[in-house]
Amino acid sequence: MIAAVPRSGWHVAAVVEASPETPSARRLVLDVPTWPGNAAGQHLDVRVTAPDGYTATRSYSIASSGPGTRVVLAIDRLPGGEVSPFLVDEVRVGDEFEVHGPLGRFFVWHPIEPGERVPDASADGPRPVQLIAGGSGVVPLVAIAAAHGAAADPTPMRLLVSVRTPEDAFFDADLADLARASEAFRLDYAYTRRAPDGWTGHVGRLTRDEVDAVVIPAADAPLVYVCGSTGFVERVASWLIELGHDARAIRTERFGGT
Amino acid sequence: MSFVTRGFTGRGRDRDDRLPPGQTLARDFPVLSAGPTPEVDTDEWEFTIRTESGVEHTWDWQGLLDAGVEEVETDIHCVTHWSKLGTAWRGVPLDALFEEVETDAGYVMAHSYGGYTTNLPLEEVLDGQAWIAIDYDGEPLDPEHGGPARLLVPHLYFWKSAKWVRGLVLMEDDQPGFWEQYGYHNHGDPWREERYW
Repeated sequence: MIAAVPRSGWHVAAVVEASPETPSARRLVLDVPTWPGNAAGQHLDVRVTAPDGYTATRSYSIASSGPGTRVVLAIDRLPGGEVSPFLVDEVRVGDEFEVHGPLGRFFVWHPIEPGERVPDASADGPRPVQLIAGGSGVVPLVAIAAAHGAAADPTPMRLLVSVRTPEDAFFDADLADLARASEAFRLDYAYTRRAPDGWTGHVGRLTRDEVDAVVIPAADAPLVYVCGSTGFVERVASWLIELGHDARAIRTERFGGT
Repeated sequence: MSFVTRGFTGRGRDRDDRLPPGQTLARDFPVLSAGPTPEVDTDEWEFTIRTESGVEHTWDWQGLLDAGVEEVETDIHCVTHWSKLGTAWRGVPLDALFEEVETDAGYVMAHSYGGYTTNLPLEEVLDGQAWIAIDYDGEPLDPEHGGPARLLVPHLYFWKSAKWVRGLVLMEDDQPGFWEQYGYHNHGDPWREERYW
């Protein structure tokens, strides 16, 4: 099953909004007049060019989806990085750079479109979806959750986000809105350093038991999307296998390099 | 259509001419995988070459080692824009395994434990261009980097160097593998930036 997605190509992007996302990250809203749209979960390449023609290219996940020409990114500053500190600290509204995309046809999810017949539970219909993110790995999963909400898709979807502290959560207000708006979408957090006031759960490195307690059980055969650092993805994916999930139903995206 | 991005100066001026266009040197070893890392024990590991007429040639772990392990020093290039220069591997050249294989096929599909596939022209995995790699940097290859054994085809983007490789199926006609179906280029030459289709 290969999802239909728009063809990729080079486009000029202009920054139309730039706002702090977390203490180390920034949200950029781009206007890309020639953008062909993108599916939820896809990424793009950003290419920035210095006055002497030197270029640097990096891949970033897209937090938005659909046919529009507004593209939302959220970029975490990698200490010692070459491109991310520029995008987080230097770029201003009105600046332009090039983007190549949309990219990736595997780590994507398509909602049931409005008007599309919803198969009954006994049919071989859409599978429940479990999303699991470590830190900035939530970005492509925000696109998936938002697409689910915008389509009023009744498919059960849950998102587990592991963050260091409440301030490190990307798109937390948007995700809370989605959770309030749809009974089919549920949002869970895990905190590794410090939890919000009133939190009664575990605080510390994510454990297999925590994952087991909140994710859609293997018996319900969910599609699972895991995104984060290589270490996070390796740990979580191996726990999911131990908990009985089908390896073929687990899609992963790992952040790496600078 | 490149143009200057206001405020960007960049740092990588001392560009190495071993670095293909659009690539950046990586100090660590990033991981690109579509799913969980399979666990494969060398006691159960097998590697099979199946020809277009259905003849199968199979090696177990010791049989692979007996085919002749050699040192390989090479640059590697990932489609996600990182490269590593002068990486040190040990592996068995595919030429050694193909010595006893009779074929007129033009292409191979590499198959992996876990279900991953990738397609390659046969002539690009012979003549000292490809290995079954078992060690990286003096250590047995980590599972997350494809251990116990991965394909090593360093002149193409690294998704062609299938991790957890378990066999090659010879094909008379080319067919896209896993990432090739999901948007990566059919061939994948980093010097031509054959990244996506």
